[in-house]
Amino acid sequence: MSSILPPANRLWWKESIDKTEWFWIAIAFVWGMVMFVMMIYWHIYGKQNLSNEAYKTTPEAYAAKAEKFIAENTVRNETGLNGEEIPVVSVPAGGDGYLIARLWNWYPILELQKGKEYKIHLSSMDYNHGFSLQPVNINIQVIPTYEHVVKMTPTSAGTFAIVCNEFCGIGHHSMLGRIYVKE
Amino acid sequence: MATTYRTCPASGLQFEAQAEKLMKWNAVAAVLWLLVGGITAIGVIMTRWPAFKLLPPDQFYLILTAHGIDMLLCWIIFFEMAVLYFASSTLLRCRLATPMLGWVQFWLMVVGSIMTNVAIFQGESSVMFTSYVPMQAAPHFYLGLILFAVGALIGCFIFLGTLAVAKKDKTYTGSIPMVTFGALTATIIAIFTILTGAGILVPTFFWSVGLIKEIDPQLYRMVWWGLGHSSQQINVAAHVSIWYLIPAIVIGAKPLSEKVSRGAFLLYILFLQLASAHHLLSDPGMSAEWKVLNTSYFMYFAVMASMIHGFTVPGAVEAAMRRKGFTNGTFEWLRKAPWGNPAFAGMFISLVSFGFLGGISGVVLGTEQINMLMHNTFYVPGHFHTTVVTGTTLAFMAVTYLLVPTLFKREMIHPKLCQIQPYLFGIAMSITGLVMMGAGTLGVSRRHWDMAFQGAPFTYEWPGAAMLMMGMTGFFGVVTIIGGGLWIYLVVGSLLWGKKLDGGQYVDKPTPIPAATPAASASHHGSDHVAVPGTVVLALTLFVAFVLYYYVNWKYLSEVWLLS
Amino acid sequence: MAENDDDVPFMQKLLDSYYVLTVIGVLSPTILYTLWGIVDIMNTPLAK
Ligand code: HEM
Ligand SMILES: [Cu+2]
Ligand SMILES: [Cu+2]
Repeated sequence: MSSILPPANRLWWKESIDKTEWFWIAIAFVWGMVMFVMMIYWHIYGKQNLSNEAYKTTPEAYAAKAEKFIAENTVRNETGLNGEEIPVVSVPAGGDGYLIARLWNWYPILELQKGKEYKIHLSSMDYNHGFSLQPVNINIQVIPTYEHVVKMTPTSAGTFAIVCNEFCGIGHHSMLGRIYVKE
Repeated sequence: MATTYRTCPASGLQFEAQAEKLMKWNAVAAVLWLLVGGITAIGVIMTRWPAFKLLPPDQFYLILTAHGIDMLLCWIIFFEMAVLYFASSTLLRCRLATPMLGWVQFWLMVVGSIMTNVAIFQGESSVMFTSYVPMQAAPHFYLGLILFAVGALIGCFIFLGTLAVAKKDKTYTGSIPMVTFGALTATIIAIFTILTGAGILVPTFFWSVGLIKEIDPQLYRMVWWGLGHSSQQINVAAHVSIWYLIPAIVIGAKPLSEKVSRGAFLLYILFLQLASAHHLLSDPGMSAEWKVLNTSYFMYFAVMASMIHGFTVPGAVEAAMRRKGFTNGTFEWLRKAPWGNPAFAGMFISLVSFGFLGGISGVVLGTEQINMLMHNTFYVPGHFHTTVVTGTTLAFMAVTYLLVPTLFKREMIHPKLCQIQPYLFGIAMSITGLVMMGAGTLGVSRRHWDMAFQGAPFTYEWPGAAMLMMGMTGFFGVVTIIGGGLWIYLVVGSLLWGKKLDGGQYVDKPTPIPAATPAASASHHGSDHVAVPGTVVLALTLFVAFVLYYYVNWKYLSEVWLLS
Repeated sequence: MAENDDDVPFMQKLLDSYYVLTVIGVLSPTILYTLWGIVDIMNTPLAK
């Protein structure tokens, strides 16, 4: 007759269920279906869906592609706070931009234009890293040996930070990258 | 093997000698690990509190790795072993199957947990409890986890074996009690969890000693989370069982409907474990179909089950209180509930905090697209400190207030302090979780030593509100640690100095659970439904909060850059 | 009671059969999560 004793009624499955319980079960069921449909609905009509375009790669192959992209599209160099030279690379509108995640930086600096769509490629040279675009707050896992192609359209202009938000070792907190978005 | 039984005169629970010993040892080991985990929590919180930033980065990541493992695995799973022995041998009043193996379970887990901790504190294994490859820990880090898991798996099989013993010895008639059924659910999930864990940790161990060249990092994440997240679902099933257990003992509550509650547990068995996909929603290598179906526990059936438990547990309390005569208005039953009983108070705070904070935030976080707003931010630990801490840990703390007198035969010391402890711990951790989620919503990263990005090539300044929330996280985190420390003091103090209680006579034979009398079962043919209007109001409040918060996040999502 | 179980409904029998529950509880996630997940990962094309 209690939760710590066997059910008193041997045929407990045959007991009727009270109306209020049915009412709540119905709400829970319908709400579950609504939430399920929401994800599918967003895939069709929503404007923020994470791309499923991904390829298996190697750090060497990815780095080679990225270096080629950097060599062809660098517009200027910038000096970081530690004195390092960092290329600023303008991604052609509608084109491909490559971002390298490695211990412990995001390379290079990408320059985009507001309202244009870009195919941003993400991959890591070593451990897992976390692409965390701030203050927009978009967060994507970056996994070594996987090349992820994410279509992005900036809707705001300015200077954005890429924080690494997957633990990647002792220098993890210093892994800060940059994206410029021009009007 | 010959064994003895005693029936506790105060609670009426019958303990078999072997099971009793195993419960005690596992519970004590759990408390000791909570102590270690609590000490690491000081290091974690005082470093994340921007005003203090106590530890240097290497020590912070070391301590955080230890915090994750000692809390999530060691404390919780040792305690769960005790719960399994209790729910099988004690509630079914039978002997334990293979008590010798029980000691193998215990010692494997002891050796395993110590081995992994040694690896962590030696400093070469600061890889976080997730240990994503190709970041590598020392071999004994993985080996310890494997031994620990094998021990836990043995515990699961002893549980199943004990159910078989009870059936064979006919110590009960009909179906197993609800609480045992919930523990069975936890066991089933645990079996999947541990087998999956072996599937990834064993190869990773071989990789760490150089026998395997490479492990695919995406495959690792996918299989590892079959372990990492499913083990949280063990906790859910275990603490829901305790939500049924405590009101049953304290106020004689019984399930509103056996059928509904067991049906909900069946949905857990079938679907809860799919939620492991929550951690891979922002990963490259998994398809959208896989993500949507798995993250939604196959169309949210396990969420439905949780919502059902969230209704039937307070409903059972309300019905029991109304049967006792607290029938005025909608909420007299709630006002007059035994709030001064720490077991009941802890259980109820656990229920409310898990439902409103942990549950809602978890479903939102686990929505495929919305996940991008919070993946790997401080929102994530905020969310799970309101599930595994205010939910599971608080429920375990609460049930301990009942176990100390009946299992350890000691009176709790400082009854007044016992009364306030669940409030202190539960409320402080709920607030901590909330402000952690707030900081995460503003983008703050988890597992991150320095919000000022020392040594980075650029600067980035977090919003002032985010810094404020991190400060509040620090403050309320410290209050929580005090609440947890108080519990450890009260429990250990009671075991050492509490007044000894009479535990009942030891006898050679178990007293079976009497079969229900025809009269008792007749009163169960649906005729005694007690209306539970107060629970309906509570449940609808939860529902409204759920819907609002869910759509607020879709709104946030619609405002970020376009992605496809 | 075991002698006369004919009147026990199917669902109740299922919920009382813990070994059956164990098997389906392990199979369901193994198929939907793990095996399907492995298929997904294996199907990732090679980068050009
Ligand atoms: C007693 C008070 C506690 C406080 C103040 C506390 C505080 C924290 C904080 C601030 C973090 C996030 C660190 C970061 O990501 O930078 C964290 C992580 C974590 N906590 Fe706690 N915690 C407490 C208790 C617990 C308990 C009881 C459990 C489990 C039962 C737990 C499990 C975890 C886990 C699994 C992590 C994640 C570690 C990782 O990211 O690898 N904590 N804790
Ligand atoms: Cu990184
Ligand atoms: Cu990092």
